[in-house]
Order: sequence, then structure tokens, then C-alpha cells
Amino acid sequence: MADRERRMAVPAGVFRARTRVMDAADVSRAIRRMAHEILERNHGLGSVMLIGLQTGGVHLAHSIGTDLEAIEGGRVPVGSLDVALHRDDIGLRPVLPQAVTDIPVDLDDRVVVLVDDVLFTGRTVRAALDALHTWGRPRAVQLAVMVDRGHRELPIRPDFVGKNLPTRKDEMVDVGPDGVDLGDVS
Amino acid sequence: MSRHLLSISDLGADRIEAILDLSEKFAEVGQRKIPRVPALRGKTVAWLFYEDSTRTRLSFETAAKRLSADTMNFSVSTSSVNKGESLRDTVETIDAMGIDAIVVRHGCAGVPHQVGGWIDASVINAGDGWHEHPTQALLDLYTARTRLGDLAGKKVTIVGDIRHSRVARSNVLGFSAVGASVTLVAPGPLLPPSLEGWPVSVSHDLDATLADTDICYLLRMQQERQKRALVPSLREFRATYGIDARRADLLGDDALIMHPGPMNRGVEIDGDVADRPNAVITEQVANGVAVRMAVLFLLLGSGLDQLDDQMAAA
Repeated sequence: MADRERRMAVPAGVFRARTRVMDAADVSRAIRRMAHEILERNHGLGSVMLIGLQTGGVHLAHSIGTDLEAIEGGRVPVGSLDVALHRDDIGLRPVLPQAVTDIPVDLDDRVVVLVDDVLFTGRTVRAALDALHTWGRPRAVQLAVMVDRGHRELPIRPDFVGKNLPTRKDEMVDVGPDGVDLGDVS
Repeated sequence: MSRHLLSISDLGADRIEAILDLSEKFAEVGQRKIPRVPALRGKTVAWLFYEDSTRTRLSFETAAKRLSADTMNFSVSTSSVNKGESLRDTVETIDAMGIDAIVVRHGCAGVPHQVGGWIDASVINAGDGWHEHPTQALLDLYTARTRLGDLAGKKVTIVGDIRHSRVARSNVLGFSAVGASVTLVAPGPLLPPSLEGWPVSVSHDLDATLADTDICYLLRMQQERQKRALVPSLREFRATYGIDARRADLLGDDALIMHPGPMNRGVEIDGDVADRPNAVITEQVANGVAVRMAVLFLLLGSGLDQLDDQMAAA
């Protein structure tokens, strides 16, 4: 998670946390609330599936999935998606072999909830929408993020948000299982 | 890795492993309903094949298309080469159209290297004479690794017309780079004139060698390159060095039978042996697309620092 943010920074550097924005309990409460919102919006589990964006969103997608199943009962498929080959800034960052794409069920006619840790410029989500099409045709695509930090460069908005966090463009947000930090890269 | 891929020896063990890791990502693209990613949009790849090819050319073509690159087809037999245009003029003409990479196959060793010095585009060696065929070795390593796991300590036996085989040269370098031990089995006239500096051992007793082999790699008898009779007859070659059902049974159950194609069924490999479950010849072809996607992507897409970044991140 922090790793990914670090690599995304051009030039790359070391992340230094300045402010703790959410602690572990805050994060798990936000996850539970988002799970409830997903159920409310889709009137139950129905054909919902979760896809975490590599690498920061995968862990989060599994956490939301666990909560969804605990609240509603039943199973929700959870997958992962690496959008590296669909990015518009290809070449600026390495393509990681360990960031696997795993789509466990047919996407056709599913409601796909994309999950990521931080929503920033929106370019990753744009690439993810592009990548999803090569796998099938979902009935709808929704977006869940733990932190929306603003500074969008594309017309993309999240459906489910853990926390809206105003940031400067040169700051960095780090989402981990033990909490969310705002800091700088130097 | 420079901006060219001319020889396996340019890579070294770490970069070979990194390319194979990346190839898995591209194999995944092949599983999708729409097996295409926009990674090389706007790049142009040209083919310059002075020798015949089915799988290498189609494989590169498929790889380039799955990465959304444009391809420029060029067939020597219907080109101005027939009017006497030189190799250099031909290459510079293609380069002037604006290409990002050129995939070269030629009957003379060293041509891709030469071409690399003339133009700014990346050059990929798709086979030069008896010298090298690096993407074939990479796809063979990938196939073997997918089936057998880590290749360090594995025993590879390469059988047949080694003298004329660029595949053998690249595979000797590739398999030994990742820690496998390589044994060559061939009649004397089909071995290279000198094996000095090759990290291999040589045997003339095929049956004994097969019993202790993890990968049995067969080569095509390259009759078009054999200017004089090097074996008494194909029938005798088959009897001594061909893999028939009896010899295939000498191999362990997990041992692989590989062949770069095209096969001469009934010469170096019997028809029913080629269709056994441990013969991975069509798997090699399928994997070739993924591996060539990785090579094209590394040379054109992510820039050359990708491999080093990837190794640093690992």
C-alpha cells in the first residue's frame, strides 16, 4: 500500500507519516459502514462482486467481503485486478509480476464494486474500467475507496467513501490495516 | 538489457528470471474474453524475415497485436530485395517509415547485431544462421519452469543436429544460466567443430542419458543447411538418435519432451511420442506468445529500467 504510493510518486522517495488520520478501529468501522451502504444501494448481495485494485485495494476488498457475508449471509466473490497494462502513463512505473489479476467468476451481468485504498487523480480507476471490459460486460460498476483525497484529473466519482480527506497535491496518503496516515515523501 | 535482444548471453540469470516472471502476466492476458491490452498503442513493429518461418512470425505477430502495437509486414520474396536492394538500404528504408522495433531473421549469423548498429529502433533477433534464437530459448525456459518449477539442478539433454541449430546455442546458454546442467547427444559430424567454452557435457549413448534426464530437447534435422552428407542416412540417424516409443519410456514420468518445431515426425521424433502428455510441443507454441509479449513490452513499453526496478522491488 505505502509501497505502491511510493512507487507512484515521480520522483520516488521515502514516505514519512505526519498525521494519523484514522486508527485501526476507525478503518474497520468505515469498512463496516461501506458494506452496509453497498447492501443498501444494491438491495442485498444479489449479483454483487468485489474487485480490489492491485495492490492497495485487494486487502480492503477482502475485508469488505468478509463484512458483507457477516451482515447478509451467503457468499460474495472477491477478485483482484492489476491495471498496469491499461495505464496512460505506462513506462513511468514498473509492472509488477506479483500483482496478479484474478477474476473468479464471469463478469457478465454482475454488479462489480471496484475497491481501492486511495482515490486521487482517477487515472487508476479509468484504467480499471478499461481493463474490466476485456473480461466481460458487467451490468453496473460501482467504486468504493477508503480515502478520497481530491485532485481529480478525470470525471470520476466514488460511490462509497471511507473518509473524505482534503490534501495538498504533494502530500501522500498511506492506507494500511492498522490505520491511515497523511505524510510527505522525501 | 540494452535496447536490443540479440543473444541470451546479453541477459544473465536475474534478467532471464525477471522476463519469465513478467511473461506470466502476459499469459493472463491470453485468458481474457478480449485478449488485448493497450500497452503498446502507437508503437510500430516491423518484420524482416529473410528465412521461412511459421510459428516465430505468427507468434510475434500475435504478441504485438495483443499489445495493440501496429505491425508492418514485409515479405522478402515480394520486395525490392529481388531488384538487388542491399540489406542496409532495405533496413534504412523500413526505419524511415518510423518504426519502434524490428524483428529480424536471416541466414547469416550476426545480421541482427549489424542491423542494430544502423538504426535507432530496437532489434530483436528471431534467428540468425547457426548462431542464436533468444526468444525461443526464453519460451522453452518458461515452458519448462511452468511444468517443473525451479530449473536449478535440472538435467537437460539436447539431442540431434546441434551443429546447425541456433536453438541449441540459445538453449545451452539459457538453461545453464538458470542453473540446469546440459548434455548434448549427437553423432560427431552434427556437433559443432569446437565446444570450447560451452558449459555442456557430451554423450553418444542416448539410452543411458535419457534414464537420467528431466528435459529431453529434440532438434530438427536441418537438411537445408547440411551441405554434405553428415549422417549415413536418416533411417540410421533415427535408429541411433531418434526418440521412438521405447526410448520415450526410458524417460521418467515427469520428464518433458520438447521440440522447437517444425517436427520431422518419424526422424528425430516418432509420431506417437510427439502426442504423449509429457510432450509439451504445442504448449511451447502457446507460451511463445506470452514470452514475446514480455520481450516486446520490455523493449518498447516500460523502458529498459523496468527489469532492474522489478528486481530491486522483489
